[in-house]
Amino acid sequence: MKSLRELQAIRDKMKANVNTRDGMEGKMRILVGMATCGIAAGARPVLNAFSTELAERGVTHAVVSQTGCIGICQYEPVVEIIEGDTKTTYVKMDAEKVKRVVSEHVIGKKPVTEFTIGALKAE
Amino acid sequence: MQELSLNILDIAQNSVVAGASLIEISLDVYDGGRMMALTITDNGKGMDRETLASVENPFFTSRTTRKVGLGIPLFKQAAEQTGGHFTITSQVGVGTSVKAVFDTASIDFTPLGEVWDTVAILIQMNEAIDFVYTVRGEDGEFVCDTRQLKEVMEGMPLSDLSVVQWIKEFIRENQFEILKRSY
Repeated sequence: MKSLRELQAIRDKMKANVNTRDGMEGKMRILVGMATCGIAAGARPVLNAFSTELAERGVTHAVVSQTGCIGICQYEPVVEIIEGDTKTTYVKMDAEKVKRVVSEHVIGKKPVTEFTIGALKAE
Repeated sequence: MQELSLNILDIAQNSVVAGASLIEISLDVYDGGRMMALTITDNGKGMDRETLASVENPFFTSRTTRKVGLGIPLFKQAAEQTGGHFTITSQVGVGTSVKAVFDTASIDFTPLGEVWDTVAILIQMNEAIDFVYTVRGEDGEFVCDTRQLKEVMEGMPLSDLSVVQWIKEFIRENQFEILKRSY
């Protein structure tokens, strides 16, 4: 059974890894829509997938956070990736798509065009 | 919503937006494990009488990007369709409390699902807010309180993935120990 003692061990490990935590400035922001529409469409596993992928791949230049409804409920789960002045809107996301977005866009800096809202509207 | 735990996540977002610094979520199981009450209580800005009267109406929302607000109506419906009931109380400057009671034996009972995932995401995404998750069953009680977790962490962030994963397991295992089954 998990106990607080185990949490102490995790804390000590974190402290040992003296991770100089830098601020938010200049970081890529990954925003997952978590309003009623997003949650109902599956935003929770999408957000989980982003945090797991980023941690597993050691990505430190991007942070994942949540946002509300941006008004395109029919395309949820929606994810916006903002870097500098550029915003990419991904629609109908799932955990599998997240893996590609992390490796190609977050790490490789090349948006996965086929998952974006632009590709969907062209269909 | 596929799981009640997603309704909880949705309802708790209202508390976040209301500026709460403490959000308490509780799961009570009673009547031989048949009845379940889910309560979400916050110390946010609260609502006046007029707003409170309209929140159960799907065509009311405080937001401006769209005209419907389905969070509260969906949660209410999930409770009432089992023969249970739903109440919401609020006071300006004090906070809001939402309570839904379910008959888990009803064919229309939505599975509770992975509440630990909901609680962990809330903690991960809102470091500045404290969360208390309580599970009460006939055999006892389990409490996960971020104020206590923060004390253990000595300034290290709760949003770190290793901590988040631990929180999920901590809740999942202890909840099962109390309830002896999943819902």
